[in-house]
Formats: sequence, structure tokens, C-alpha cells
Amino acid sequence: MDLDSLAQHCGEWLRGTGPDSDIVMSSRIRLARNLSEFPFPNRADDAAKLEIETLLSERMMALSQRQKLNYIRVSDLNALDRQFLVERQLISRELSESAGPRGVGISDAEDISVMINEEDHVRMQVIHSGFALDDCWAEINRVDDLLEQEISFAFDERLGYLTACPTNVGTGIRVSVMLHLPGLVLTKDIQKVFQALQKLRLAVRGLYGEGSQAMGDFYQISNQVTLGRSEEDLIKTIKEVIPSILKYERRARESLLRESREGLHDQIARAFGILSSAQTITTEETLHLLSSVRMGINLGLLDELQIPAINELLILTQPAHLQKVRKKPLESADRNIARASLLRQRLTAREHEKN
Amino acid sequence: MKKCRRCSKPATLHITEIRKGEVQQLHLCEVCAQKYLAQGNPDSEDSSPDMNVEELEASDELACPHCGITFRQFRSQGRLGCPHDYEVFETELNQLLENIHDGAQHCGKVPLQTGEANQDHFRLIKLRSELQVAVKDEAYEKAAALRDEIQQIESRIRTQTTA
Repeated sequence: MDLDSLAQHCGEWLRGTGPDSDIVMSSRIRLARNLSEFPFPNRADDAAKLEIETLLSERMMALSQRQKLNYIRVSDLNALDRQFLVERQLISRELSESAGPRGVGISDAEDISVMINEEDHVRMQVIHSGFALDDCWAEINRVDDLLEQEISFAFDERLGYLTACPTNVGTGIRVSVMLHLPGLVLTKDIQKVFQALQKLRLAVRGLYGEGSQAMGDFYQISNQVTLGRSEEDLIKTIKEVIPSILKYERRARESLLRESREGLHDQIARAFGILSSAQTITTEETLHLLSSVRMGINLGLLDELQIPAINELLILTQPAHLQKVRKKPLESADRNIARASLLRQRLTAREHEKN
Repeated sequence: MKKCRRCSKPATLHITEIRKGEVQQLHLCEVCAQKYLAQGNPDSEDSSPDMNVEELEASDELACPHCGITFRQFRSQGRLGCPHDYEVFETELNQLLENIHDGAQHCGKVPLQTGEANQDHFRLIKLRSELQVAVKDEAYEKAAALRDEIQQIESRIRTQTTA
């Protein structure tokens, strides 16, 4: 898999289609699995990690007839390429930053990724655009079944799949949905939603998962419990709670429109103005403004733009992506210039096309 | 920040006790601290069968023979060393698992291609729960049959593991 060619486009999950994709960016399900006779990666030396990596990557490749995965040795990549994969949500920060033999198998559409030697020996995920948890589950369950034909995972009759951290034991499942909630942030009702979610024992995280800050009004909602309930049951909890969050977000947007249409429209138009004319701009400001523009499109206040184009910009303006496209390392100040230039080009080119 | 001795939450209460002339410190989260303090009569040495400093100290030094990790190391890192740890630290982990999950019995997916031994285990789980129901319903004849079958499988597992 050629990382440079990946940089030119975006993965399946950013195409901005699928159910409720105005608010639900993506749905993701991951499963944690381990080999029973090896120490977990945090306690394995490089020799053991290499053995695990070789064994798992070979078995994974053996599946290629039924599920083609492109294997990338993350331990052979430089820091920029690793960051690039993190930005695309194909690997976790933990896999990027840890040491020793490790890797990832990625499907051509980038919807499936199977990490080796992350916190657990195997972390597999399926990510889809929009609110599509059932599709994610069907797919990841199939990938897991395929891998299980080749590998026997550590499993206990009482505790289920055994994982490095007891918070994942049992099903080893994390069901998450990425939401764009600018309306609730503006009306300051977002905290109430979080409190309600915490009562349901659901976690709220930022754009890049565990420990990451909420940027650009993007929030990930996911389960915390993994033992004592079935996968379907855990998925159902999330599936049932999301529609009410969507309802609150839509209601917040409506009330903002009702109470100060001009104010909201002005904020969105200014955000678009800055993005399409700035000469230097940081990642944070870009995410913040793209969030406004994204909401503006969904509210019909900016009709010259499309959601997929904005979704793409959320990723393409990230530091490693800018450097991959420019094919050279850039310092922070130069990145800000390159980012502004990319934004101007993408946002104004679309206007010209229209005219 | 220190982690609670009983679960993975951050410790917010730090209890110093003098027992038999020795100073002992205990770091607990609010919930566990309340439980600990509610265990009652501080005058009575053996009023706390559920939790006491000596027992916690002893369990800290428990080490897994497979990967070498001690329970103390697990508590500070939050990660176990190998799949066997769940067996080695079973008692210590139970409380933690019940705190963070919905009980401590897996009821999700089961590997499709489990070995013969594994299949025996699943059969055992099923039979044991059937046995419980049978006993509850006072269906003793059925219970006896189930018990025989369970014993058969158990002895088969024993010979397999010793072989």
C-alpha cells in the first residue's frame, strides 16, 4: 500500500453519506483480541513482539482471498508516516508512539484496519460513514470469524476474550459514534448531554479518542462496559441513545436560527470568509471554522459547498497530511501557510466551478 | 495521581492507620473509602473480613508465574502482563471487574472454532446453569443426571490437562 497515493484522497468513512450523516460523521466498532500463549505487548520484549507480529501478519495475509488487507509494518515507518495513519484514523496514537515490532493491515477502502501489537495483540476496527453501527458489526464480526479460523484467541468461559486492560475484557468491543454537535456547544447544553450519557455509562471523547481534546465540536460517544452484556446489547444501547442526541442537536440549531438567524449566519459566513482568504492558519482554528461552515451547509446557509468536501478538509489540513501532499517536512509556521493555501484553493475553486 | 487500592479510579482519600504500633497507609477512591470505613467497629481487629491492610499488602506481592508481573505492578500500570493473570489474580480482579462492568460473566460472542477442551468448558457452563435451575425446581432426578454428566466432563478435562 503506497502511503503517498493515499494522501491524495480520503477513506470511505469521510464520504459524508449514510444515515444522519449531517450530524453523525462516522460509526466505528473495534474488537480487542490476544494470543493465549504470549505476554501482552506491554510486557513482551522485542523478540516476543516480532514472533507475535510474524505469526499474526502471516495468518492475516492467508485470508487475502476472502478479505484483502494491505499490511504495513508500522515499526518501519518514520514519524511523519505514522502520524499520517493516525490522522486517517487507521491506527491509534498508542500504536504510532509505542516501540518494537508492530503493524497494521488495512483494506483498500480504508474501512477495515487490523492493528498488531497495540495495547492488545490484535485490535481490529471497522469504520463507516454516517450512523451505520449494524453494518460495522456485521463486517467486523465477519473479519473476526475469518481470523479465528486461523488463530485461536485467548478466551475464558467466565471472562470471555482476555485483554491487557480489564476494562476491555469480555467482548473486547468498543462501539463508537462520532458526532458533530456545534448547536449544543453554542447553546451550552452540551454538558447536560454528557451528564446524561455518563449515567448510561457511556464515554465521551474528542476527535482522536482516548485522552484527546474535543476539537471542532466533534465528540465520540462509546461504551465503557464490555463484560456481562452481549455485543448486540451494547450496540443497542448506543443505537438507542444517539437519536435523542440528534434530536437535541437539531432542536438547538433550530432555536439558534429562530432567535438570531442573522447572528448565526454572520458567524458562519465569517468562518467561510476566513477559511477562503487566510494566508496562514493553525489546525485548531481551521477545525473550529470548518465546524461552523459544516453546520452552515447543513442549515442551508452556505449553498455553494458540499459536506464531503468539508469532511475531506478536516483530514487534509492536518499536519502530517499537509506534509505528505507537499512531499517534504514542514515546520509549524510553514504548515500554517501551506494549510491556508490548500483551504483557499479548495474553497474558492468550488465557487469558480459553480460559476 | 495514586490509584485506588480496590478499583482503578483515582484515589481521593488517604487513610493512615496505626495498627499494632505500625503505621499503615491506604489510598482509596471515595466509594471504596466509604465501604472501608463503613465496615464498622474500628476497635475490633477482625471486623473487616472483606478488606484489610495486611491482606491488601499480601495480594500486592502476588506474582504471575507465566509473565512475572506482580499485582502491585498491575495496579500502578493498569495493564496486565499476560492472559494467565486473570486466573492468578482472580480474587483481586473480581471486585474491580464488578465495579467497571455489568457483573463478571461473559455473555457475548464465543469463538467459532474452539478446541475440544474449550467446547467441554462451554458445555460445562450450560450444564451448571441447568443444574441450578433443576435444583431450584426440585427436579432432583434431572439434577442427578446433570451432576453425573458434569462430573464426567470435569474428569475428562482433568485427564486432558494432566496428560
